[in-house]
Amino acid sequence: MSATKKLRVVHYINQFYAGIGGEEKADHKPEIREGVVGPGVALKAVFGNDAEITHTVICGDGYFNENLETAKKELISMIKGANPDLFVAGPAFNAGRYGVACGTICDLVQKELGIATVSGMYRENPGVDMYKKDVYIIETNNSAVDMKNAAPKMAKLGLKLARKEEIGASIEEGYLPGMSRINFFDYARGSKRAVDMLLKKLAGQPFVTEYPMPDFDRVEPGKPIKDMKKATIALVTSGGIVPKGNPDHIESSSASKYGEYDIKGVNDLTEKTHETAHGGYDPLYANQDSDRVLPVDVLRDLEKEGKIGKLHNLFYTTTGNGTSIKNSREFAAEFAQKLVAAKVDAVILTST
Amino acid sequence: MVKEIEKTGIPVVHVCTVTPISITVGANRIVPAIAIPYPFGNPAKTSQEEKQIRRKLVETALNALTTPVTEQTIFEVK
Amino acid sequence: MNLELGYIKIKDIKFADKAEVKNGVLSVSKKDLEKIILEDENFTAVDFDIAKPGESVRITPVKDVIEPRCKVSGGGDIFPGVVSKVHTVGTGRTHVLSGMAVVTTGAIVGFQEGIIDMSGVGADYTPFSKTLNLCINFTPKKGLHTHTYEESLRKAGLKVAYHLGKLGKDVKPDEIKSYEYLPMMQSAKKYPNLPRVGYVQMLQSQGLLHDTYVYGVDMKQSLTTMISPLEIFDGAILSGNCVSACDKNTTYHHQNNPVIEDLFEQHGKTINFCAMIITNENVFLADKIRSSDWTAKIVSHLDLDGVIISQEGFGNPDTDLIMNCKKVEGVGVKTVIITDEYAGREGTSQSLADADPAADAVVTGGNANQVITLPKLDKVIGTLDYTDKIAGGFKGSLNKKDGTITVEIQAITGATNELGFNKLSAR
Repeated sequence: MSATKKLRVVHYINQFYAGIGGEEKADHKPEIREGVVGPGVALKAVFGNDAEITHTVICGDGYFNENLETAKKELISMIKGANPDLFVAGPAFNAGRYGVACGTICDLVQKELGIATVSGMYRENPGVDMYKKDVYIIETNNSAVDMKNAAPKMAKLGLKLARKEEIGASIEEGYLPGMSRINFFDYARGSKRAVDMLLKKLAGQPFVTEYPMPDFDRVEPGKPIKDMKKATIALVTSGGIVPKGNPDHIESSSASKYGEYDIKGVNDLTEKTHETAHGGYDPLYANQDSDRVLPVDVLRDLEKEGKIGKLHNLFYTTTGNGTSIKNSREFAAEFAQKLVAAKVDAVILTST
Repeated sequence: MVKEIEKTGIPVVHVCTVTPISITVGANRIVPAIAIPYPFGNPAKTSQEEKQIRRKLVETALNALTTPVTEQTIFEVK
Repeated sequence: MNLELGYIKIKDIKFADKAEVKNGVLSVSKKDLEKIILEDENFTAVDFDIAKPGESVRITPVKDVIEPRCKVSGGGDIFPGVVSKVHTVGTGRTHVLSGMAVVTTGAIVGFQEGIIDMSGVGADYTPFSKTLNLCINFTPKKGLHTHTYEESLRKAGLKVAYHLGKLGKDVKPDEIKSYEYLPMMQSAKKYPNLPRVGYVQMLQSQGLLHDTYVYGVDMKQSLTTMISPLEIFDGAILSGNCVSACDKNTTYHHQNNPVIEDLFEQHGKTINFCAMIITNENVFLADKIRSSDWTAKIVSHLDLDGVIISQEGFGNPDTDLIMNCKKVEGVGVKTVIITDEYAGREGTSQSLADADPAADAVVTGGNANQVITLPKLDKVIGTLDYTDKIAGGFKGSLNKKDGTITVEIQAITGATNELGFNKLSAR
């Protein structure tokens, strides 16, 4: 796409910003108008010659949230018909239902139409928590007075997204954190930033952490094994145990793949047969005897003694070192299906 | 990884040295291991003693798999 | 305790018969250095090279980076307990050959040696693209065990830096910085209205190839303890580790610890910087619990108001970091922690292996998984043989056709340093 081509933009606003009315008109049904309506004027000014708001889509907040599935269908078809390069929603500032609508419709436009989207909200808007991981949301103040600050940021980020240009860190572009962690060069070195942050914290002044702590989700514990003597047990490890020579070249850190290896007939892992590909701990001990990480010898003994039904003949391995949680999750999701298909009853997962 | 496997309904026991990480990532059955470079061993011992240590750990892990749990539980090696 | 650091700005390095520092130019005698290094029978050969900022030069695999310093007055000597005798350092005067570094390289020891590019985009990510680097390329004896090799290599680099530092003993420094570090009670009396602030430095101590030495003591054998920040300036803490290149603290980082520098910058103005605590990152859970308990005990006993906690490495040390933070906050002392992130190449994954709501003030050195393509550079000091194997590299990292290298910034020496040495961050 050449930089000189004027991009087509569709703008989404609610009944209030369209000047139709307040709460009493919240049941306003979706409609599409040509050109700019309401706050679109501010966006038009900053888009200049780069982009043109060809259409404005309007929907009442009440209608949207109460008739979600119908509203989504109606809006998507209107937006698709306008054939935009970029979809802009809001800003919704601190209006809750409007924020949720902006987030929902942006997410939908991205997924169903593959079109770049941008919205704007106050950080406490409920739409933020729902969509900050899926939609670029420019951080605004809590009232419409902030339009003059929000419009240039939304326009700038929107153009970048539509042109598939590189997106900067949230703090540089002004969007709310949640999308992805992006590196950038900050105002001062880290130690100075730490001292500055500590001074604020000591003085009881507000400070912004550079990395907000995440919430971890949980899963239901699997049901216990009733009869271990009949159970098939599989071994999985993040300790990087691989056949000698690391045939699949599993990376020492930030693994991009997992290994699946056959241990049929193998009663003991030795210095000659197996080693570790893991780069995060001293590999000496695991290289001498990989049973120290993957206890194949003991499980074979227990199998012979009839204490377990069977040791599964394949084991799964990756290096936990620096490997992103997303990657490990994808690996595990894939081999978990193989374990299910192989009728494995339980898994011993070993980590270093 | 624990969660992805357990989602399928297959029970998982996580044997690892740094149990706080295991708690953080959401494992439900946890057995504390020996040390990071040798979770199932101890190079300072003779190979027979070492195998005995390993066997105890594995047995604890198997015991964890037969035990019903409702919340994250650490099974210490007896 | 008071320490003066006299910085002698080195503007150029050249090889010559006579070793000296004159008019900001360091002349290095290859013969002298060769003699020092080959005293160790574990090396069969050594060669030297000089890399300057802006040159089309790549140094890899990098083991350690060291700044030459020497004691002019005050007790003890540089690198106590390793190169010189054990004796408390951190007082009197120390001269620094500043703007330069000794860089050790050679056939790979572990997985975690790094890359230093003197120009191109990679240069933005390492602080050592801005220093004049005297590079030492070692050839080890055949069949040398990695642990022995690492120790020999580590000591050889330190000896060279020690030797070069001595050349600055009688040279007039371009700049002098003075530091005051008072006994706890005295400092509280002198600055009654300033918050008492400490620094908790976590030292990597995960195993033979992942250790840090304090006065020659392997830190994994120590309980959490106290040290004067001024001792660090004299080389009391030395790197002996191979954690990923991006977040290992090289000896140079320790000698120029930015947290210490920036806390001193505020000392007597907005804070009273009155305590430094060093703790370890061990492989046993019991050690992690004990060491972090101890950190909180000391911090509490000293009646501090706030501390900065810096980490080294990643993965299970994230737990040590979180334990330290949580327990220190638990005794009512405010914390800011410095770490880095492994958020995946897309930046969408969980950044740290551990987390706790108590860690509400975090400074990050950036996402180490960011992928970068380094241009082909004209000259390589060391070897490209290990580019695919080092942490942050992957099969095919080195493009054999065009000579470019695609790696995570994890492979770049010092890129996401957790002492906060760089401006790099992530949001």
